[in-house]
Amino acid sequence: MVRLNELPVEELFTSGHRLCAGCGAGTIMRMTLKAARGPTVVVNATGCVEVASTIYPYTSWKVSWVHVAFENAAAVASGIEAAYKALRRKGLWDKHVDVIAIAGDGGTFDIGIQALSGALERGHDFLYICYDNEAYMNTGIQRSGATPHGAATTTSPAGRRIPGKPEFKKDLIGICAAHGIEYAATASPAYWNDYITKVQRGLEVEGPAVIHVFSPCPLGMRFDSSKSMEVARLAVQTRYWPVYEVEKGKYKLNIKVPQPKPLVDFLKIQGRFSHLFQPEFQHEIEALQRWVDENWSRIASLCGETA
Amino acid sequence: MSEIKLGWKSLPIGGVLLEPGSAMKYKTGDWRAFKPIIDQKRCINCLLCWIYCPDSAIIRLEKFVDVNYDYCKGCGVCANECPVKCIIMVEEKR
Amino acid sequence: MAKVIGLTGNEAIAYAVKQCDVDVIAAYPITPQTIMVELLSEYVYNGEINAEFVCVESEHSALSACVGASLTGARVFTATASQGLALMHEMLYVASGLRCPIVMGVANRALSAPLNIHGDHSDMMGSRDCGWMQVYAENAQEAYDWIIQSFKIAEDCRVLLPISVNIDGFILSHSMERVEVLEDEDVSRFLPPRKPVITIDPAKPITVGALCLPDYYFEMKRQQVHALNESYNVIREVNRDFESFTGRKYDLLETYEMSDADVAIISLGSTAGTAKAVARDLRSEGKKVGVIKPWVYRPFPEEDLIKAVGDAEALAVLDRACSFGAPFNALCSDVVAALYRYGKSSVKVFNCVYGLGGRDITPTDIRAIFNEALEVAKTGIVKEQLEFIGVRE
Repeated sequence: MVRLNELPVEELFTSGHRLCAGCGAGTIMRMTLKAARGPTVVVNATGCVEVASTIYPYTSWKVSWVHVAFENAAAVASGIEAAYKALRRKGLWDKHVDVIAIAGDGGTFDIGIQALSGALERGHDFLYICYDNEAYMNTGIQRSGATPHGAATTTSPAGRRIPGKPEFKKDLIGICAAHGIEYAATASPAYWNDYITKVQRGLEVEGPAVIHVFSPCPLGMRFDSSKSMEVARLAVQTRYWPVYEVEKGKYKLNIKVPQPKPLVDFLKIQGRFSHLFQPEFQHEIEALQRWVDENWSRIASLCGETA
Repeated sequence: MSEIKLGWKSLPIGGVLLEPGSAMKYKTGDWRAFKPIIDQKRCINCLLCWIYCPDSAIIRLEKFVDVNYDYCKGCGVCANECPVKCIIMVEEKR
Repeated sequence: MAKVIGLTGNEAIAYAVKQCDVDVIAAYPITPQTIMVELLSEYVYNGEINAEFVCVESEHSALSACVGASLTGARVFTATASQGLALMHEMLYVASGLRCPIVMGVANRALSAPLNIHGDHSDMMGSRDCGWMQVYAENAQEAYDWIIQSFKIAEDCRVLLPISVNIDGFILSHSMERVEVLEDEDVSRFLPPRKPVITIDPAKPITVGALCLPDYYFEMKRQQVHALNESYNVIREVNRDFESFTGRKYDLLETYEMSDADVAIISLGSTAGTAKAVARDLRSEGKKVGVIKPWVYRPFPEEDLIKAVGDAEALAVLDRACSFGAPFNALCSDVVAALYRYGKSSVKVFNCVYGLGGRDITPTDIRAIFNEALEVAKTGIVKEQLEFIGVRE
């Protein structure tokens, strides 16, 4: 249990970054570093957070921070973790270092999945955080493997024939958990307590940990910048984003949603779904609702809950 | 916000930035179109605005919070999340 | 005391790495480099070296992990070949841009398509402008010696750049040769532990790999040019130091019978050895031929090359890779540019592409090239500026 007034006042992810107004990732980065016990090295994949936080000669990071490329945050983290291990064994280094890899959904679901899988299989002691804004928001809203069904992006536009992305979202935590890793969890920044606790847990466990956190994006999901946390909360309350964890293979539902709000509450405040409200695309909303229901039942059942 | 741009002989090698948190020198307050005003008499100091602010622009004081207008981009998340609705957004006049 | 053992090129490199007190090895096996990685994992698994072996899932991740490890201040090694080097391509630029003194062994091999596992220089030539220092060894002894020197060169604070040591796939990687190896403690004396200049030590947090826009990016690249220029002297210094330890003399390039040569073959790697043998025979026939073998290809040793060329009138430059669509192939382009820059463009040059996909080049081929060069020197006429040696019409 975390108390807000007990969290450190010091900002290790400082003001002056160039993330958009209302960007959920900014909130997530702050929370992440407030949860970090230190000493910490952050490895950041190319993406919104990386470009917006380190425009030379300015950096928002007060921890050591490394950006190498888009697809390899997990591989770079592997190298850092291995190096400190070797240096410690040789007596050239005396501290434990928490290595946190941070990547967006593009750098995780798509181009970075191989490096992530490799690092998880090798069992490096690091925490991987995927902040998922459900498209390539940094480059102007192109679809990713994390974009939900029906959402309009610039490469899955709301066309007359194809109304937004036909495919459904990949199950990232399912993929990660299948590696038999120590800890995997989903989270939403609206539930700050749950997220911060999970970052702490992810750092505590020895071996790889993955946190998949919903990252509301006013620009790309198209909602008013003030609604970031509201959207992140609705994602959970509509059962669109089940909040659960898998520790040593054991599933646990962290936020129960006994009386879910209708999915349309989540959809209607986001411009990326607005085309689905035309009568001829009503069936797409139904398809997405079915996916949400099935996904929830599947996870609830893994968690030993009755949906 | 103008900076002296050093040449290649003077810059640290490899594009490394040696000053942690130097982005504090880059003020983002002028992005703002709307400005949060906190009624501090009604503030219950719950710190929700503080934890949710993407820009670390809420300042924690002893009994209530304040806004750091140097960095506040005016997103309105604080006003939207305030449980007692003591933050209002007003149009920025410059 | 030095001892002599039989080692293949792959084994010689692995043996040298073992003696260099590396902290992290991250590598992915690929023919013809595989044995290098197998041996290194064996050393780690048997506790013969106190290093972490990160057995990654791709070459891209291999070099990514090396960059991360190098930034902690660790001494880092990787190895690859061919497709693996091509997959690393993106990371090659990052490693040099972030100034990581990584040492990499490369068993040079042809690039697909069509698929081919044999030796040529297409892989490294495709990466020649990536900001790395690049060394080509003629035999297993040179490979061994250059690996040990490479850590010292790369980690020098005036340089701080990655370096590759190249051996011809199969021809060197798999051929057993006589190698004089140093005692472990002699290597330790020659190569003290790395003294990193900038690290990601969390106690002194830094930001590495920031976004540099048009107002700063160019300066970073200019710094890399400077570092490569600085490396000329650092390499020479390390070579002299190594000579005093071992008696074995290295330099930016090696010359053979060049003092009064009328013509020369310029070649990288093992082919230079064949060329030297042929040159010796031709000398006994009274023909004034010589060989120039750049050990260091990047930075290109143009000053030394011009000195080595001396009064020679014709040069045959041998390239084991194609620069498709270019006026000359890689090595020849550099030679011609160097001659031009030093006001020696009157020297006649022709370019021979040979050995692609591991096709043999024989002493007979080399003899013909020398004879052609002698003809060019005599007549002053280059009949064919670009030739393909041993390809069927």
